[in-house]
Amino acid sequence: MHNKQKDVAIIDLGVGNLFSIERACQAVGLKAMITADTARIELADAVILPGVGAFANAMATLQQIDLIPVLNCLYENDRPILGICLGMQLLMEYSEEFGQHQGLGFINGTVKGLKREVDDDIPHIGWSPIFGDSNTDRWDKTLLNCFRNQTYQYFVHSYYVSPEQQNDILAYTCYSDFSFCAVIQKENITGCQFHPERSGNAGLGIYKQWALQYGLLS
Amino acid sequence: MTIRIIPRLDIKGPNLVKGINLEGLRILGEPESFAREYYQQGADELLYLDAVASLYGRNSLTEFVKKTASAMFIPLTVGGGIRSLEDIRSVLLAGADKIALNTAALEDPQLIKSASETFGSSTVVLSLVAKQHDDGRYTAFTNNGRDDSGRDVFDWLEQAVELGAGEVLVTAMERDGTAKGYDLELIKKVNQRISNPVIACGGAGSVQDVLDVIKLTGVKAVSLASALHYPLANKRMETGNILQSGGEFKVIQDSLTRAQLKGMDLAELRTSLMAQDINVRPIDDSEPVQTDVLTDIREQVYA
Repeated sequence: MHNKQKDVAIIDLGVGNLFSIERACQAVGLKAMITADTARIELADAVILPGVGAFANAMATLQQIDLIPVLNCLYENDRPILGICLGMQLLMEYSEEFGQHQGLGFINGTVKGLKREVDDDIPHIGWSPIFGDSNTDRWDKTLLNCFRNQTYQYFVHSYYVSPEQQNDILAYTCYSDFSFCAVIQKENITGCQFHPERSGNAGLGIYKQWALQYGLLS
Repeated sequence: MTIRIIPRLDIKGPNLVKGINLEGLRILGEPESFAREYYQQGADELLYLDAVASLYGRNSLTEFVKKTASAMFIPLTVGGGIRSLEDIRSVLLAGADKIALNTAALEDPQLIKSASETFGSSTVVLSLVAKQHDDGRYTAFTNNGRDDSGRDVFDWLEQAVELGAGEVLVTAMERDGTAKGYDLELIKKVNQRISNPVIACGGAGSVQDVLDVIKLTGVKAVSLASALHYPLANKRMETGNILQSGGEFKVIQDSLTRAQLKGMDLAELRTSLMAQDINVRPIDDSEPVQTDVLTDIREQVYA
């Protein structure tokens, strides 16, 4: 019996290199489409929430195109949601960027500025290693399945997420001696601070494993 | 975090070109194959500059960007002739991650502000082409090095960053294409002046040049053109891969003879940097995925 091929909606907030996310999905065998259409997003088997720019602007855009109720619905119905970079930050409760702004609240915690913690160039732009904690089994069957510790991914950001529950942190990275969360994961919600679609083969592996984790590949 | 190595491709129509002091452009071959080679060798990012954009008043790289962006999963910055938010949007939609602004930004600095507000600061790179005068001052040049804006480089730099530029690409005009090494004084001063990331450009000829700029100026990103292109073009001619390189045999041969540049390939550069304890992205080691899955990806991506 053949099941319908699963598809992923890449949410179009009008900014960011969505083309590269779409290409990365295609490269690993995922059927993906870039869209801002709430009806299509609601029907998608999984959703990628990308983002570039300011937290408040992105939340305002989500509000404007009526996507917040749809995302809430997807969240409650266990549909896989993958947030990338700013998209991951939007999954949190609050951000401290330019005031205090409310996020989607799917993961407990806030978004904070790197500037306070880091005595180095801001934004953090470049390739940094991601690593886990001592519990090496935690990566099994997640988007980090089969990943060696300390693989490099491409980061470009000035803010980082600070989840309240340690358990929601799947991987860390380190910049200028400051370690912070690089990957969040809780049930159907996943987030990467880095850009896997700009991280060469190591990044493509992230998309592949995320798709495998949620059974999105035929 | 690792040092970023960013090959710069100057593109004129269907050709990869290279000049000296930003003039006298010589054809080196078909740009896509160079870009692909650098990607496979582990380039951390790629930079495409439209070498004649100022002549036509626009950037004409969108087709080339589309063609290459679909198979290369690393950050791509595009510059040359980008003059408006619409220009930026088309280049980004074609597959670029960042855009570099020079002439248009000097003519209307508010463009930096509106670009960074619309597309994000990290999308906007200030391209600074600097030339030193007899009195020691550096001024910013526009139109691919043709015109002197008269603006002091360091004042302009600060203003641009304040307006929202995320990174600064600084090119020393007098060093570019000469293989005489980066302008260490300029780059050090630029790096010290701002807390945003700086990409050093112009003059790399040897591995030592790259080592020097990293160790002596504190930059964490370096761009190279001649030092990589000429040896690669040469290698292709020697192995008879002229057709693949796409350039005309005689033209390339002339270019290479005139350049007399030894240069390096990316693998050699990375190994040498690592040997000097400089943090460089490991390539072969970064394949975390099971072999069969990776082969899948490779087949689809590199087909």
